[in-house]
Amino acid sequence: MELVNVNRRSFLKMTGIATGGLILGWHVPKFAIAATLENPKALNAFLQITPDSQVMIYSPNPEIGQGVKTSMPMIVAEELDADWEMVTVRQAPIDPIFGRQSAGGSRSINTNWDNLRNAGGSAKHMLLQAAAEQWAVNANECRAKLGYIIHNPSGKKLSYGSLVERAANQNVPAPSDLTLKSFDEFTLLGKRIGGVDNLAIVTGQPLFGIDQHKEAMSYATFVKSPAYGAKPKKANLDEIKKLPGIKDAFIVKGAKTPRQLAHGIAIVATSTWAAFKAEKALVIEWDNSNAASDTYSEMKAQAEKLALKASSNQKLLNKGDAVTGLKNAAKTVSSVYSYPYIAHTPLEPMNCTAQWQDGKIEIWAPVQLPQPAIGLVSRITNVDPADITLHQTRVGGGFGRRLANDYVMEAVAIAQHVKGPVKYTSTRESDTGHDFYRPSAFFTFNGGVDEQGKITAWQEHFITMGGNKKANGPAGRRTTVFPAPLINNFELSQSIIKSKMPIFALRAPQSNGLAFPIQSFLHELSTLAGRDHLEFLLEVLGESKWLDEGNKDSLHTGRAAEVLKLAAKKSGWGKKLEKGRGMGMAFYFCHSTPVAQVVDLSVDENKKITIHKVTIVGDAGPIVNLSGAENQCQGCVIDGLSVVMGQEITFTNGVVDQSNFHDYPLQRMPGVPEIESHFIQSNYPPTGLGEPAYPPFAPAFCNAIADATGVRLTHLPINKLGYSI
Amino acid sequence: MPIYNLSINGKSITTSNIESDTPLLWLLRDELNMAGTKYGCGKGLCGACTVHMNGNPIRSCQIPVAALGEQNITTIEGIASDNKLHPIQQAWHDLDVAQCGYCQAGQIMSAVALLKETPKPTDEQIEQSMAGNICRCGTYVRIKQAIKLAAGIEDNTAKKMDYSLAKEVK
Repeated sequence: MELVNVNRRSFLKMTGIATGGLILGWHVPKFAIAATLENPKALNAFLQITPDSQVMIYSPNPEIGQGVKTSMPMIVAEELDADWEMVTVRQAPIDPIFGRQSAGGSRSINTNWDNLRNAGGSAKHMLLQAAAEQWAVNANECRAKLGYIIHNPSGKKLSYGSLVERAANQNVPAPSDLTLKSFDEFTLLGKRIGGVDNLAIVTGQPLFGIDQHKEAMSYATFVKSPAYGAKPKKANLDEIKKLPGIKDAFIVKGAKTPRQLAHGIAIVATSTWAAFKAEKALVIEWDNSNAASDTYSEMKAQAEKLALKASSNQKLLNKGDAVTGLKNAAKTVSSVYSYPYIAHTPLEPMNCTAQWQDGKIEIWAPVQLPQPAIGLVSRITNVDPADITLHQTRVGGGFGRRLANDYVMEAVAIAQHVKGPVKYTSTRESDTGHDFYRPSAFFTFNGGVDEQGKITAWQEHFITMGGNKKANGPAGRRTTVFPAPLINNFELSQSIIKSKMPIFALRAPQSNGLAFPIQSFLHELSTLAGRDHLEFLLEVLGESKWLDEGNKDSLHTGRAAEVLKLAAKKSGWGKKLEKGRGMGMAFYFCHSTPVAQVVDLSVDENKKITIHKVTIVGDAGPIVNLSGAENQCQGCVIDGLSVVMGQEITFTNGVVDQSNFHDYPLQRMPGVPEIESHFIQSNYPPTGLGEPAYPPFAPAFCNAIADATGVRLTHLPINKLGYSI
Repeated sequence: MPIYNLSINGKSITTSNIESDTPLLWLLRDELNMAGTKYGCGKGLCGACTVHMNGNPIRSCQIPVAALGEQNITTIEGIASDNKLHPIQQAWHDLDVAQCGYCQAGQIMSAVALLKETPKPTDEQIEQSMAGNICRCGTYVRIKQAIKLAAGIEDNTAKKMDYSLAKEVK
C-alpha cells in the first residue's frame, strides 16, 4: 500500500536533490523488509537509489494478475545491472512521464520494452560516468555488475549507493548513446522471479481497491436496473433512509451510455453490509422505454435459422472461388458452430473509493485504464483533469472488465453527495448482471479437400450478435485469423443479429471466441482428408515468411511451425493411445505471439472427461519472467476450461438470467490437469502471453474429444451436452 | 445494539456498534479494518472470505456476528507466529502462486486447515478440500504444489524461484 505518493512535481524536485525523511514503499507491519528508503535520489523518472544502494523502481502499469508489477521493473533492473535483492518496487503515480499506463491488449511488455531498458541503461551510464570521474579514469575502462561499478584494470569497485550523488549530476544520455545488452547477455531476464507483492498477499495486507480505508469513510452500493439501460422513475427512498446504518439514498442520473455512468440508485451507509441489506429492501419503479428487451433464446433461434445458409450478401473476404472449389473437391464437410455470451467475473467485485471536496476529486481505484478513467470523470463532472487525482491500486483481476470505467464514475457520482471519502462496492449479483459481455456468435462452415488431402475451399458464414450495421470490436471477425490468409479459395460472409445488450472486450477480444470454431473446423478438414493434424497444419502454413512483410505484429509462418513442432514433441504427439483417449492440437496467433496447445484426455462412457496433460508452447521472444510466463499459460488453460465446460450468459427481456457462481460456474481445483509450458525464445522483441495463450485451449480440447470419441463438439459450453470433468 | 465479545487472532475484541446479523466478513473488513479476508460472492460459493473458527475453515460471509459467541476466530492476518510465516504462507510465497492474488487469503486459510487435519494429504484430499475456493486467474496447479511443499510431499513439477524479492522474513 502506498503511504506516500510521489507526484510529478515532487519528482522534479527530487531529481538531483536529496529528499529527507522516509518514503514507505509498502507497509508490512510485522515483516518489514526494505520498506524504508532513506535519502533516495532519482536518476530518472523510473528509478531512485539510496546511499546504502537500495534501488526503488516504479512499475508504471496496472497490476491485474498479469505480473507486470514484477516484470516491468525487472527490465529496468536488467539494464541497470542492479542486484534484484536490493530492489524495491512501487506502483507509479499516474503521470504522462510514464507513457501510456494501461493493462490491455497484452501490450505492457512490448510497448514499454525500449523505454524501460533505456531507463535502466541511462542510469547505469550515469553511474559509470560518476565512477570514472571519481577515479579519474576513462568510463570505457569500467563495467557494471550487480550494484557495483568495477574498474577493469585495477579491480577497484564502488557501490551504486556511494556513486548516486555524483551520478545524479551527470548529463542524462540520449537513448541513441546507450549500448543496451544483447539478449544473450541478460542475467535477470528469463529467470523465475517471485512477484514483488507476494509477501503482502500471503499475509493479507491491504493491497486492492476494495481494501482502501480512509478516515471517516462512508460505504456505498449502487443499484442498476434489471433490464439493461432502464431509468429509475421512483423508489421508496424515504423508507430506505430510515433503515439502520443508512446515511443517504438517492437517484443518480446516468450519462449518455451505461459504460460511462449507468442510471441507478445509490445507497450510502455506515458499512457495506448495511448498504447491501438496504438494497434488498429497495422497491423501484423503472422506466424501461430505452432499455434493452432482447431475449437470448429468440436471438439464438434467429441465428440457427441464418446458419442454414452457407453465406450472406455481406462479404468480409472473398478470395478465389470458394463455391467452385467446393464443387471440385474430392470430399466436403459442413458444420455449424456456436459459442454463447460470457462474462468477465474478476473475483474482486467492481469497487472504487472517491472523495469530492472543494472542487477536487481524489480516487483510489483498481482499473486497467487509469488515464481514460480520469478523462471520463472529467468529461462527466466538468472538473479539470488537473484537479482529479487517481491512485492505482493492485487489481483483483481484469480480464477486460476493468477496461470500462463505469464503476469509477459511479463512485464519483456518489461521492458528490457525500461528505468525506466513500467506498463503493458492487455486489457479485450486480457484477454478473451488469457486465459488458463477450458476445455470442454462430458459424456455418463448408470446406473441401482434394484427392491429395489439400484444402480446395473454405466457405464461412459468420453470424454475430451485438453489432449494428458493422460488427466491430468484440463482435467482429478479423479476416487475418489463421488460416484465412493462407487458403486460396476463401469466402467469408457475415450476418448481424442486432442487440442492445452491452458487449465489450474480454481477454483476447474476438480471438477468445473465433479460435474455437475456426481451429476446430480446420481439424475437421484434416480428419476428412485422413491426415495427421500436425502435418496438415504445417502444410497449410507453408514456407517460412511474415504474412505481412515488415510487420512484426503479423503472423510469421515459420515461428508458427516451430511452436507446433515443439508442442508435438513435448506432448508425445502421434503416440498410440488406448481406447477412449485422444490428443487434440490447435494453433492460434493473436497479440503478436504464436501459441500451440496439445490436450491429452480420456472420455468415459458417461461423458466424464479426464485431462491427462496440456502442453503449451509459445514464442513471445525472450521471456522476461519465466515464473510469470508459466503462470499466464496455466491461467489461460484453466480460464479456457471454465469457458468450455460451463459458462453461458443468457438474458430474457433485457435482463441477464445468471447472478452468481452457482449459475455462472468457474473451474475449481478438481479436474485441473498438469500443464506444461515451453517457450521458444526467438530473437524478436518480447511480446505478451496473458491473452495469446488463452484462445487455442478450446479447440485443442474439443479436437482431443473428437480424437478420443469421434464426436465433434460444435457448441459451447459442453456441460449442456452432458459432459463433465 | 447488543455488545459482542469476540476472540479474533487471539485478541479479545468488544464491539457495540454492529447489527447482530452482520456477517463476520463485514465486521472484519469495515469495522475492524482487517481487509485480508475478501468479499467475492456473499453466498459462500467462492471461498475468498475463508477464516477459521476453532481451527476449522468457515465462510465468513455466511456467519453472523451473533452466532460467533466466544469461538476463536483466526484470519489471514493471524496465522503467522513469532514473526515467522506459516509454512503454507512460505510455500505460497516461494512458489509464486498468486496471479492477481485476490483469492489467495481464502485459499491459504483452507490449505492451513487441511494440513492441520491431514498433514500428508493425497492429491484427491487436496482437491476435495480446496474445491470450495475459486481462483479466477487459475492458479490451482501452483496451489496444489505449494500445499505439497508445505506438507513435505515431493513434487518434481514444482519450480522454485531463482530470486524472490523480500524473501527473508526477519
